[in-house]
Amino acid sequence: MSEMRRVTAIRNGTVVDHIPSGNAMQVIRILRIDTDRATPVSLVMNVPSDKLGRKDVLKIEDRELDQEDLDRLALIAPAASIAIIRNHAVAEKMKVELADDLVNIAKCSFWNCITKNDREPLPQRMRVTSRDPLQVRCYYCGRGQEIDELIENIL
Amino acid sequence: MGDIVTMDDLSNQDIVAVLDDAERLIPVARGDVYLPLLQGKVLANMFFENSTRTRMSFETAMKRLGGSVLNFTSIGTSVAKGETLYDTMQMIDGYADVAAIRHPRQGAAQYSADAVEIPILNAGDGAGNHPTQTMLDLFTIRQAHGTLEGLNVVLVGDLRYGRTVHSLSHALVRFGAKLTLVSPSTLKMPVEIVSDLREHGSEIMETESLEDQIAGADVIYVTRIQKERFPDEDEYAKVAGIYKIEASDLSGAMKGMIIMHPLPRVDEIDPSVDSTEFARYFEQAFNGVPTRMALLCRSLGIDVPKKVD
Repeated sequence: MSEMRRVTAIRNGTVVDHIPSGNAMQVIRILRIDTDRATPVSLVMNVPSDKLGRKDVLKIEDRELDQEDLDRLALIAPAASIAIIRNHAVAEKMKVELADDLVNIAKCSFWNCITKNDREPLPQRMRVTSRDPLQVRCYYCGRGQEIDELIENIL
Repeated sequence: MGDIVTMDDLSNQDIVAVLDDAERLIPVARGDVYLPLLQGKVLANMFFENSTRTRMSFETAMKRLGGSVLNFTSIGTSVAKGETLYDTMQMIDGYADVAAIRHPRQGAAQYSADAVEIPILNAGDGAGNHPTQTMLDLFTIRQAHGTLEGLNVVLVGDLRYGRTVHSLSHALVRFGAKLTLVSPSTLKMPVEIVSDLREHGSEIMETESLEDQIAGADVIYVTRIQKERFPDEDEYAKVAGIYKIEASDLSGAMKGMIIMHPLPRVDEIDPSVDSTEFARYFEQAFNGVPTRMALLCRSLGIDVPKKVD
């Protein structure tokens, strides 16, 4: 059985492949997938992968990820590959790319950052200062952000 | 743009050029020469947090150069009524040519720089950066040692919340300084700053003991343990008064070594040090004037003449 066939193929939606093993639940959170919704979400964890050794795969029915979703996804699954499925066929393939500047992706976690006032109108901005290991800092206050905190503070 | 939010906004070449300008402006800063380079220009002093030296030296710097100053404090103003920083800065954008901003929140200066057209000079944002202080510190160091290159600098005290040491250490490593960071474990330099400093290839040592560091130092930079930055009174009580330099502690110091302090001091430098050859903190406070003059000129795109008399 092909690794991709461990769960049912989807008719319309998105397949997120090559998620680092163990990160699928974080991907669900970062993409703000409402687990109460009626359409199915399939999750495969810890399957062998040539590229990653082991990987997680996520299939989301009836939702096509957009660029903003991909920008967020890049934070925890920078090597992920995305396939948009329409009528059981791959209609579009997309790569995740982590931008240098993350605008309105997550709120700064530092208690004394100027952006903590929700009424301040300028966007939340983070800068990626290193990709491997991933290091992200608030553009305004300069504080380093833990990845868990970023996921917690996703907008 | 003439914004100076962090020391990253100035290249090493810029730093040296500004210090050279400041050097020539000393007679103007003292009031011996009148040089109205900034006549007709208005500085907005936006102090959302109290300050004595920084606010006054900006004001003197602007006035000595023939400019004028709008002083803003947040007490009893629209800010107390809940106005956002964005809105306050929009108003200032229309009233002034340049603004110096101090704010209790970290990132406020960058935020302001993004919000308005006029150049923003960061005069201290929370525990973040204080680049104009750094420039006057560098000026003081260069005045004493004739160079900024390759010095042994010991930073002492509150390295966690002390924004002056954050900006200063970033600048010093760019000139190849060897830094020794002396603080109690609860007030160590934030890890991301130490990692930045090491990335420059500089030798960085962290220790809790000051005693052994005096003999090898070219500069000892002392900071106050700032009560107002502690979330909790007990934590403050544990470390208050931990470092105290007296004149008798300096017998082994190198000739030419200087002791600096951004002031105000509490008890970390005993008054007995004031009369020693090492004390530089009062000159350092004066140096804020010519340095801020040079920075104001730079931000407003005004050249300082090569000869001032």
